[in-house]
Amino acid sequence: MFGSIDPSLLVASLMVAATPILLAAIGELVVERAGVLNLGVEGMMITGAVCGFIVAINTGSPYVGFAGAAAGAALLALVFAALTQWLLSNQVATGLALTLFGLGLSSLLGQSYVGMRAPSLPRVDFGVLSEIPFLGRVLFGHDPMVYVSLLIVAGVWAFLRYTRGGLVLRAVGENHAAAHALGYNVVAIRFAAIAFGGACAGLGGAYLSLVRVPQWTEGMTAGAGWIALAIVVFASWRPWRLLLGAYLFGGVTVLQLNLQASGVAIPVEYLSMSPYVVTILVLVVMSAGRAPGSLGKTFHAST
Amino acid sequence: MIRLERRPQPSTFWTWLTPLLAVALTVVFGGVLFAMLGKDPLVAIRTIFFDPLFSQFASFYRPQLLVKGAPLVLIAIGLSFGFRAGVWNIGAEGQYIIGALCGAAVALALYPMEARWLIFPLMILFGALGGLGWAMIPGLLKVRFGTNEILVSLMLVYVAEQLLAAMALGPLRNPEGMGFPGSRNLTQYDSATSWIDRAGGMHWGVITAFLAVILAYVVMSRHILGFQIRLAGQSPRAAAFSGVNPGGLVLICLGTSGALAGLAGMFEVSGPAGQVSIDFNVGYGFTAIIVAFLGRLHPVGILLAGGLMALTYIGGEIAQSQLQLPAAAIQLFQGMLLFFLLAVDVLTHFRVRLRHREVA
Repeated sequence: MFGSIDPSLLVASLMVAATPILLAAIGELVVERAGVLNLGVEGMMITGAVCGFIVAINTGSPYVGFAGAAAGAALLALVFAALTQWLLSNQVATGLALTLFGLGLSSLLGQSYVGMRAPSLPRVDFGVLSEIPFLGRVLFGHDPMVYVSLLIVAGVWAFLRYTRGGLVLRAVGENHAAAHALGYNVVAIRFAAIAFGGACAGLGGAYLSLVRVPQWTEGMTAGAGWIALAIVVFASWRPWRLLLGAYLFGGVTVLQLNLQASGVAIPVEYLSMSPYVVTILVLVVMSAGRAPGSLGKTFHAST
Repeated sequence: MIRLERRPQPSTFWTWLTPLLAVALTVVFGGVLFAMLGKDPLVAIRTIFFDPLFSQFASFYRPQLLVKGAPLVLIAIGLSFGFRAGVWNIGAEGQYIIGALCGAAVALALYPMEARWLIFPLMILFGALGGLGWAMIPGLLKVRFGTNEILVSLMLVYVAEQLLAAMALGPLRNPEGMGFPGSRNLTQYDSATSWIDRAGGMHWGVITAFLAVILAYVVMSRHILGFQIRLAGQSPRAAAFSGVNPGGLVLICLGTSGALAGLAGMFEVSGPAGQVSIDFNVGYGFTAIIVAFLGRLHPVGILLAGGLMALTYIGGEIAQSQLQLPAAAIQLFQGMLLFFLLAVDVLTHFRVRLRHREVA
């Protein structure tokens, strides 16, 4: 049954399958490390997907499309930031609102783009390196966004671990009252984190509509944003474990798609639900991690 | 500069005024949205909010208000219990689907037996149990393993949707349906239909929704459980000291909302929808979240909010056919309402001061 599946192709395609979720999850990781729970990842992703698609179609450049996706989703994230940071609304409810709003907004924006085909994103040319057996296909045969996503993960890791800015961000997330007392602008830092999270979610969404599918269809994220949220919990808020979680999830997705294609005697619907079931199982096994201390709590400076 | 000052107590005045303010803001910004789409904003708003109630065809639309409103109110009442206690069931859509599947499966298993006294109550029981069981998955996982109920209940929506497709194409498919997906039509099976008066929009789900409103009101304001739920939401620590069992409360809240969502699905599949089909669920489980918040998690408020939201559905359909307003515009409109609601809620808990900061 698995004999027909080439392992190097499998690994390469699981990286592609995981990239949208990886991008969205790394953004959300930064947001949550700053002490904000933004449940609107799904809404920001789908907004990014449609913005990226529209911009790419109209400019003919997928790169400009990705920039547009990041900008559009970050703009939507700023609505969330304004509501939760200035107007002190409940983060859970506002995140849900963001998702419902984003789904509506995206299908409205995208209705005249259904059925079009996005300009394709070429693979990065590594020359001879991509000729290396197995490793060549796995490491040097991807489009630029796969490498960008890996760079963002590395960048976030280095930022949180080695920079002063990262330390301040973590302080704000662990104890916003103490960070405020030390003179840090909690609200401004959280605004920046939320915007970054939105931009990453937008890139992830655009990766779906520009590379993975590559078309625009309503509701095309199909829960990817929620899975990204689950992966942040799975990773215990650590960047490298997040990468592992996202690729693990990509593996499950690719495997079930391959099984569907190979015509196993299991109905397609049961295979399609497997990524979600796996996510639940993973959440059950991995809910031991410690969340940032101020996660989800509203910050209001009394003076 | 503008400063927010926390009120010692939430303002009762603003508690009831903010939903109206949010609706007003949504109508204004919705008008701007419709204008940007090239429609006359006043005509669009009249079509959505007034035509279903007062136009010459209103007698056709008014019963629809009950049909669309009943599942929204039923689900939102259940959700309001959990939302008050800080238990976030986001997967009502999934519980709605499973309730419908279980209820329909009972009826289809007993088809064509004629025994309404037996079949319909059984369907109600299994519909409720189906939703309850589906909601117990995130509930038990949260109590036992501390798993996040938001993510699990939501993941289960996608699982339920796939299960629905599998059932509509497989075990529950109509054997006389020429191979088309979808089950037998339950409205043509007298022992199983939830319709009471089809022309009047009256089905058992509507009656159950009204009963749920009354029951929820009594429980919330008169029963110890309502007190514990409110206490747990406002101060989990105080609740723990006063002897509230947090795990039990999670299960009660999720169970109630799951059972009510399951019932809503069961009444829908045996009435307005008529059959198990791939596109059976239309998002009531998610819109009910808006309804619950718009009704300020209060049973009477939810009843009114459900009516308003049903109105936007019906008005949206009219606007779609008469003004060619895209369906997504209504979805956006509903999302906007929730945004404004959360935004103006600040007035309930805070005073807005326009003052320069004084030097201490």
